Amino acid sequence: MNPFSSGTRLRDMIRAIRACKTAAEERAVVRKECAAIRAAINENDQDYRHRNLAKLMFIHMLGYPTHFGQMECLKLIASTGFPEKRIGYLGLMLLLDERQEVLMLVTNSLKQDLNHSNQYIVGLALCALGNISSAEMARDLAPDVERLLQFRDPNIRKKAALCSIRIIKKVPDLAENFMHPASSLLKEKHHGVLITGVQLCTDLCKVSSEALEYFRENCIEGLVKTLRDIANSPYSPEYDIAGITDPFLHIRLLKLLRILGQGDAGASDCMTDILAQVASRTESNKNAGNAILYECVETIMSIEDNGGLRVLAINILGRFLSNRDNNIRYVGLNMLMKAIMVDAKAVQRHRATILECVKDSDASIQKRALELVYLLVNESNVKPLTKELIEYLEVSNQEFKGDITAKICSLVEKFSPAKIWYIDQMLKVLSEAGNFVKDEVWHALIIVISNASDLHGYTVRALYRVSQASTEQESLVRVAVWCVGEYGDMLVNNVGMLDIEEPITVTESDAVDAMEVAIKCQRLGLTTKAMALIALFKLSSRFPSCSERIKDIIVQNKRSLVLELQQRSIEFSCILQKHHNIRSALVERMPILDEATFTGRKAGSLPTAVSASSIIPCNLPNGIAKPAAAPIGDLLDLSSDDAPPAPVSSGGDFLQDLLGVDLSPASAPSGTSQSPKTGTDVLLDLLSIGTLPPVQSSSSAIDILSSSHDNKAPVANLNGLASHSSLSANATSPASSAGMMDLLNGTGAITQKHEENGPAYPSLVAYESSTLRMTFNFSKQPGNPQTTFIQATFTNLSPNVYNGFLFQAAVPKFLQLHLDPASSNTLPASGNGSITQCLKVTNTQHGKKSLVMRIRIAYKTNDKDVLEEGQINNFPRDL
Amino acid sequence: MIHFVLLISRQGKVRLTKWYSPYSQKERTKVIRELGGVILNRGPKLCNFVDWRGFKVVYKRYASLYFCMCIDQDDNELEVLEIIHHFVEILDRYFGSVCELDLIFNFHKAYYILDELLLAGELQESSKKTVARLIAAQDSLVETAKEQASSISNIIAQATK
Repeated sequence: MNPFSSGTRLRDMIRAIRACKTAAEERAVVRKECAAIRAAINENDQDYRHRNLAKLMFIHMLGYPTHFGQMECLKLIASTGFPEKRIGYLGLMLLLDERQEVLMLVTNSLKQDLNHSNQYIVGLALCALGNISSAEMARDLAPDVERLLQFRDPNIRKKAALCSIRIIKKVPDLAENFMHPASSLLKEKHHGVLITGVQLCTDLCKVSSEALEYFRENCIEGLVKTLRDIANSPYSPEYDIAGITDPFLHIRLLKLLRILGQGDAGASDCMTDILAQVASRTESNKNAGNAILYECVETIMSIEDNGGLRVLAINILGRFLSNRDNNIRYVGLNMLMKAIMVDAKAVQRHRATILECVKDSDASIQKRALELVYLLVNESNVKPLTKELIEYLEVSNQEFKGDITAKICSLVEKFSPAKIWYIDQMLKVLSEAGNFVKDEVWHALIIVISNASDLHGYTVRALYRVSQASTEQESLVRVAVWCVGEYGDMLVNNVGMLDIEEPITVTESDAVDAMEVAIKCQRLGLTTKAMALIALFKLSSRFPSCSERIKDIIVQNKRSLVLELQQRSIEFSCILQKHHNIRSALVERMPILDEATFTGRKAGSLPTAVSASSIIPCNLPNGIAKPAAAPIGDLLDLSSDDAPPAPVSSGGDFLQDLLGVDLSPASAPSGTSQSPKTGTDVLLDLLSIGTLPPVQSSSSAIDILSSSHDNKAPVANLNGLASHSSLSANATSPASSAGMMDLLNGTGAITQKHEENGPAYPSLVAYESSTLRMTFNFSKQPGNPQTTFIQATFTNLSPNVYNGFLFQAAVPKFLQLHLDPASSNTLPASGNGSITQCLKVTNTQHGKKSLVMRIRIAYKTNDKDVLEEGQINNFPRDL
Repeated sequence: MIHFVLLISRQGKVRLTKWYSPYSQKERTKVIRELGGVILNRGPKLCNFVDWRGFKVVYKRYASLYFCMCIDQDDNELEVLEIIHHFVEILDRYFGSVCELDLIFNFHKAYYILDELLLAGELQESSKKTVARLIAAQDSLVETAKEQASSISNIIAQATK
């Protein structure tokens, strides 16, 4: 015997492992054993191979790696004796699964064993094949299994039947081979064969419609008879469970009948009698009986219409619901969920019981019941059910609140009979569990509020009242803050008082107090604070008496450590101090938010980081989507008549755009030019619009906006005190921005600064002839060295005007070129103006090759076509 | 279909695992940890079903051991409870009032029994007697082989004396 082989027996090893007090000790023992087993494997030790494999299985069960033992299984399977094969197959099933390639090596041994003279060895092979075979093995060995379906010993037939299930699941086109042998299994008397045969037929029906038709035609009567016999059979001790003979067979027969009866009235008709008998006569005081009843109810619900049976079935479910056993109630709820599709009215009768189940102490039952209630709600009962659910929300435990809140919100939204009711219910939910509400939900609420113009006053007062009571629910505070900002005047003046309302006295300073609390409260998040700041800003014009105080609060926040708040307060205080003339227009009430756009967006898709809200919906105020070259007075013109029809963006958050509170993108360093900013701060865009570079006047306004994102213009990073606005004007030529007003400074021409995001490149006179000069300015975005933005500026050196100016460029394959439209196609004479055009070049071989470009410029001068061509080789090296 | 069978002790130790659907080693460990956390923490009076990743896990506690089976959404949970009980009764008959230690030291026997009861994730035999008979027959085959082997080695030992 070799000296490395571990002498310990399996039992001793298990004992040693169990004796370990710490995980480290256990690891040490396992490591020692594994080392010994590896050594034995290397020695090709035969005497202890089965013992080693048994040890490995135990070690495997503890979660240690045992892949080195896989080949040992194969060797044991290939040996001749039954004991070796038995442990070998067990190891194969435990240590391997169908995805390991080693498994293919066993196909041959399996084939031999399937034809072995010893039926137990055949059984082992079938078992292994049935549990872990891959599609390939299934295809190879299917004929042998098919043959074994007719084996003399029933125990092999039943194994072969289940093995066939695995085969047809792996390779569905083999199904027809098994159809006929399977149907002959249904005539057997042996319960094992019958159970497995019925199961095989069930699975055949699932993968092959041909099989389904075949069994429908040939087997229904036989199956009904078998079920009747078994249901009426006298006590047989071998199969008896709680007074019922073989419930497993019952259940499988019912399942197969269900599949056969579904969608076939004739077949359904054949089985109604026996179903009625099973449903009415089965004892329901033990689990086994209930399992049969459960299956029977499902079959009755699935087969073609039979009113009488369905009443019976729903009554059984009613009994299930009032059962004291949680398991029975659980399956009852489960089944009612299916029954509701068939007979909603009958299920409605059990509404009270179902509502009780929502309050059960068992999470599984709660969840099911809640789902069922959700399905039960319709226009007529939404009010009482919502009331119940909201009442329950108050007492439910924390983990369940999220679920239940989501369900209530969705119900209220779907079935609300009136807007005021919707708003009321939502306020209740928000004040009870506002922290569990998803963002979409309160966004939707704001949209609804915005659209219910006759309820603005009522809503803002109600919100003020509840938010004073429960300040810890953040989304409630947000909605309240938004509404106070928008409709603050209605809060104070009790505009639009409804009869049902209690009068409330809120002074202007009360409302400002509430906002101040929201800004200063430690628990509330940044978004809420930012919203409160905007609300205050809006209130500054609604409440003239408080405007000094509001100014103070805003000024205090100039020192905020949070950049976003600091920036906003600086901007707002700047507006408050210097721009009285435009303030009232800026803080006007939001136009009514478009519900259709919002729902469209919500349904659209998940927000994708790339496309999200780089485009602003066209119904935004203040016409910001106008060409930036327009005078500022126009920019603030509220009639956005010439705003282009903006495509609805696929994702993004409409409302957050509107509120300008999407904070994430402000700091998100989106490195590539392909990913524009993920959110757009409308309000701040509005403020920064004056600093946008005037791109080609011919391009659409959308282009202007999106190009500003491309350039990653830090949105309104404006400092009222500094004399410049920082802007990454990569794509702007200094000359073209002349005449732009700095909105916030009002100091006339903007002094533009290149904010260098990447390394600086000198500009280049790329082409010069006696009549024309073309200069390139380069810029890159940080994090994306491959892409270069080139701004080409064309200057006319001749005394004649050029018309129909067209610039074309070509690049070799390793480059990708994108040309934006030129700013104009007319080039004034004698350098009195210029045309600019942006190019984007992506160098796929960045660092290896430098840029190269061939150009062609065509224009008309003095009615003559001129064509100039050239090649540019003198690009800076590292572009 | 039963996707897997797990036996977990009260302390969270795995006593038996059988996978009828492919799960990688990593997934298996994760499944066991996840389900162990859920099932061991459930109170005694709650129902025996847990919704889990779109499947249902039916479990039942016998003494210190939890027997868990993972099934499809549309399978019959009550029947699976019955299958678990069926398995336990067969184990009980085989070991003679089975306890956790029996399953630890004779884990391979437990697997053999399970293989006679379930195959390809479906029930194979509803008669406890038949299962017992089949296991006994195979055990005796092993015994005879052992005896033969030892008698042969005795003969060899004697012959070479």
